[in-house]
Amino acid sequence: MLYLSKTDRLKLLAFAAVVLLMPIWLTPLGAAYPGLMQKFAIYAIFAIGFNILFGLTGYLSFGHAAFLGVGSYTAVWSFKLLTMDILPAMIFAVIVSGIFALVIGFFSLRRTGIYFSILTLAFAQMCYSLAYSVLTPITNGETGLLLTRNDPRIIDTALGAAHVGAEGLPSPTFLGIAMSGYSGFYLCAVLLILAFFIAQKIFASPFGLALRGIKSNQTRMIYTGFNTKPYTLAAFVISGMFAGLAGGLLAVTDPIAGAERMRWTESGNIVLMTILGGVGTLIGPVIGAWVIEYFENIFSAINKNILNQTFDFLPDGLQNVIVTVASKFVGEGWHLTLGLLFVFIVVFLPGGLVEGWQKLMARFRGKGREKK
Amino acid sequence: MTRLLMNRRGLLRTMGAGAAATMASPMFFTRGAWANEFCNSPEKSGKIIFGFNVPQTGSYAEEGLEQLKAYELAIKHINEGGGMLDTLKPLSLKGNGVLGKKVEFVSGDTQTNTDAARDGARRMIERDGAIMVTGSVTSGEAIAVQSLCQEKGVIYMAGLTHSNDTTGKDKRRYGFRHFFNAYQSGVAIAPHLASAYGKDRRAYHLTADYTWGWTQEESIKAATEALGWETVATVRTPLGLGDYSQYLTPVLNSGADVLILNHYGHDMVNSLPQAVQFGLRDRQANGKDFQIVVPMFSELMAVGAGEAVKGIIGTSNWHWALEDAGTQAFTKAYGEAYGVPPSQAAHTGYVQAILYADAVERAGSFYPPEVIKALEGHEFDGVGIGPTLYRDSDHQCFKDVLVVQGNDNPSSKFDVLNVIGKATRDEVTYDPSIFGGELGPYEPNQC
Amino acid sequence: MNAFLAQLLNGLDKGGAYALIALGLTLVFGTLGVVNFAHGALFMLGCFCAVAFRALITIETITIDPTKLSPWGQPLEIRTPVVQDWLGSWGTVIVDYSVPLSILLTIPVMLAIGIGIERGLIRHFYKRTHAEQILVTFGLAIVIGEVVKAGFGPNPWPQPIPNALRSAADIGRWIGMEPGALTYPWWRMIYLFFALSVIAGVFAFLRFTTFGMVVRAGMADRETVGFLGIDIDRRFTVVFGLAAVVAGVAGAMYTPLLPPNYQIGMDFLVLSFVVVVVGGMGSLPGAVLAGFLLGILQSFASMTEVKSIIPGIDQVIIYLVAVIILLVRPRGLMGRRGVMES
Repeated sequence: MLYLSKTDRLKLLAFAAVVLLMPIWLTPLGAAYPGLMQKFAIYAIFAIGFNILFGLTGYLSFGHAAFLGVGSYTAVWSFKLLTMDILPAMIFAVIVSGIFALVIGFFSLRRTGIYFSILTLAFAQMCYSLAYSVLTPITNGETGLLLTRNDPRIIDTALGAAHVGAEGLPSPTFLGIAMSGYSGFYLCAVLLILAFFIAQKIFASPFGLALRGIKSNQTRMIYTGFNTKPYTLAAFVISGMFAGLAGGLLAVTDPIAGAERMRWTESGNIVLMTILGGVGTLIGPVIGAWVIEYFENIFSAINKNILNQTFDFLPDGLQNVIVTVASKFVGEGWHLTLGLLFVFIVVFLPGGLVEGWQKLMARFRGKGREKK
Repeated sequence: MTRLLMNRRGLLRTMGAGAAATMASPMFFTRGAWANEFCNSPEKSGKIIFGFNVPQTGSYAEEGLEQLKAYELAIKHINEGGGMLDTLKPLSLKGNGVLGKKVEFVSGDTQTNTDAARDGARRMIERDGAIMVTGSVTSGEAIAVQSLCQEKGVIYMAGLTHSNDTTGKDKRRYGFRHFFNAYQSGVAIAPHLASAYGKDRRAYHLTADYTWGWTQEESIKAATEALGWETVATVRTPLGLGDYSQYLTPVLNSGADVLILNHYGHDMVNSLPQAVQFGLRDRQANGKDFQIVVPMFSELMAVGAGEAVKGIIGTSNWHWALEDAGTQAFTKAYGEAYGVPPSQAAHTGYVQAILYADAVERAGSFYPPEVIKALEGHEFDGVGIGPTLYRDSDHQCFKDVLVVQGNDNPSSKFDVLNVIGKATRDEVTYDPSIFGGELGPYEPNQC
Repeated sequence: MNAFLAQLLNGLDKGGAYALIALGLTLVFGTLGVVNFAHGALFMLGCFCAVAFRALITIETITIDPTKLSPWGQPLEIRTPVVQDWLGSWGTVIVDYSVPLSILLTIPVMLAIGIGIERGLIRHFYKRTHAEQILVTFGLAIVIGEVVKAGFGPNPWPQPIPNALRSAADIGRWIGMEPGALTYPWWRMIYLFFALSVIAGVFAFLRFTTFGMVVRAGMADRETVGFLGIDIDRRFTVVFGLAAVVAGVAGAMYTPLLPPNYQIGMDFLVLSFVVVVVGGMGSLPGAVLAGFLLGILQSFASMTEVKSIIPGIDQVIIYLVAVIILLVRPRGLMGRRGVMES
């Protein structure tokens, strides 16, 4: 069951090394702090899961943020009602979002193409609107679901367990270790590697092959007597569960669940991450997630002060010009850079970062050979 | 880009290491007899960093960017003197930074989204070593960041947030709010509504369907019913709807003669002009002129709503045209720096940064529990709108609340509001227990 | 009864707007086969054509009086409007009617922008996957939005309705009700009328011109039309320009109802997609029908009587209807088989 082909094993090892060494190689990039590295790992899990659906079957869901949100709400409720231990929270997050995915997938998968996309979008937007307004007793609406000191926490109370952070709010813990900071990152990192492994297994399995068959020609699959519905539904539920796990982890590392997590912009975000990195490739969505998160968190935080410090070595006039121009693309202008990045990548690296990179390398290699 | 960040990062690290190694050299922080370890202690890092976390993209970017400009001005004044440092009383700041050391800042984009706001605050705390985080344009952001800062043990000075919950149900020991709230809006606006429109009115509420809208509706309803007004209906509208026609037509023949719009930001910018277009203000109902009230609005919302805002009564935290010394000093400094008068979003951000710096100076330490104690129950004047109290039991500021009206003949786009009255601080003071919540402990968590 | 009629009017008015916004999107879908996530941005650009037009005609000469200071410490500016200065009362009329007149600016500008986008970017993506089309058009939408933000700032820009049309019409009295029983804003009725005329115009153009015939043929079977020796590519450029113009004028005329800022396009993007898909991919009448249907249902769902039965229904009605229609009718209301299904 744990068997992987040799190349896959190498890939997994390399991937694990890259993920676990994030605190080192992200340092020069200014991104090596727990908050962002957790996000890197969590959104990578989300993207890997999304890619199992979109990359393998070609079904483009525009409502995956709903599962992310459901996962978060479930985890926070588990913290409030049961225990601050993260294990039940994550298990429930995966199960509940899986159930949501089963229901939404059952209906949405009756249609294909853009009709499917709009169905998932509609379901997710309904979840978002209701969570923001009428369901406030469950979701705490605009403010987001927060922990309080007098939550019941039945299991903890019954066991008389002491909480980490006893004075203030309790923190989510795993075997007594608080899951903020670096411990939270390593938890997410391990789960990301696990998610990557599962994705590898799925990609290499007969199940994955069937899903690819559905992508390339569903009609032909059906004509050969192949019932595609259970396969697509299984892929949908699996990717929903990945999203739920990601949502649960968001709540584990930072115990709040807000309705905005379910908005269409979030669903769109994961679509963009996947396409940017490369649909259907194993590593592509992960890279896409990292790039977008990096822009959102690091580029948006660069202000004129920092630019001035950076270009301090230049003569005054030149420094002013460069800082003025550069400031349009960072800080409040980070959206502009992101938009331009999207356009350039699609134009010059068709197939996303990974495929584009491979093509580029192939061309260079080809040229190199010609010269010889 | 890589190189750029490497420089900055490298700089930070070396600075941090250097400062830790050579703490003997400067005599600064000597009053900090507190050997306590706490999150981002400037004693360790050698730097005082404020984190300015405001929306720079999305629908509320204008408010956020104005707030950011005001924060930069506040840093300048804290480091070099000027502005409200000339008017704040009592004042401990000397115009040479905080505790003798210059203040620096980092900024971030909250996108008006609670997740992004918390991401930004975490970056400031975890990467940049911010000792204080401030800024917000909506209550959702403010409450989310406030609770994060409590967990991290970093003080949060809320920006623009009007919900009762910020210093009520969701109040935190580490969170402070200078801005007023919906309850105070209700108390402040009621007498002016009575004198302008009489005590025998029938009100129809359109309320944005989320927590802030509900708290405002509740507060305004209570205040107007105390006047003798009758509430005909309270109708909830989806957030960010755009076109409100389907909610406005039922108002026409509902028997109401006042429409109260509990909408904020773009909801108000859209719904108010549409209400005017439906002829509500040209109508007669129950033998009276039909009126529209927007209990809370800002200058930027007034600019966005255009001509529809003329004559509309509402409340505000502050206005640049006030005559007191603090307001004039700030307005002049801001105008000289940016060429336009500041909005209330800018004012509240500026004041919060100054108040935090002053509290540290008074406490003689950055140790959060000491700073919190210096802010709690602090009575001060000279930051606009008269004597102000930071109440210890809920961290809400108490000061006069302005009642404003849309200007009929604005001379410029900065002149859209007139101040028509004030509710005194005593009038808007309430019992903190009515909103519940608990502040939590003083002791900082380790971050 | 009044309430019912009023909501029906609201529904028609909303529907007109929805149909108009969706029309351009479905044109591009149906003919070019491109998923255009920049459609909302085109709508937004139309809005800002109106804003820019007003800014142009209300341009002022500024003289600075250095002896006086404003309260915020800047030299006092004295502003005199230029157009009124030149044209007198005519200038005042032009300023008053800036929104409808801005159409004159919007049409050429949007046509140029549309053609520019198609030639420069979109046409390289006809044969690429939908995923890549989404990424490139979404990126384009962000860039357009940021450029507008850089020029106009993030705060909304209110546009006034001409004075004569500012009030509400007493429709009730026309049909024999009491005065004031049923009133409706003039501008909204004008918008509905405008939307219907533009929709009719587009339909007539596709129906009764040779150009339209070729485009319709191209929608049905692009390859065959190409084999017949017709330069379908150039016509598709014009179609994209036309879609941009329709989105643009829809935006420009909408500005008095919704003060635009650079984000307004994103708010309409999702909605226009839902309308197009509910109407059925590749079907122009479907999009119009779906626009009106969703508009009317949305209006009725927000009545207090309905909300008291199903709380929160007004929040989700559009999506609920979309789900039901798509589950009952596989290709939306009037969709054709095989368009955008794989």
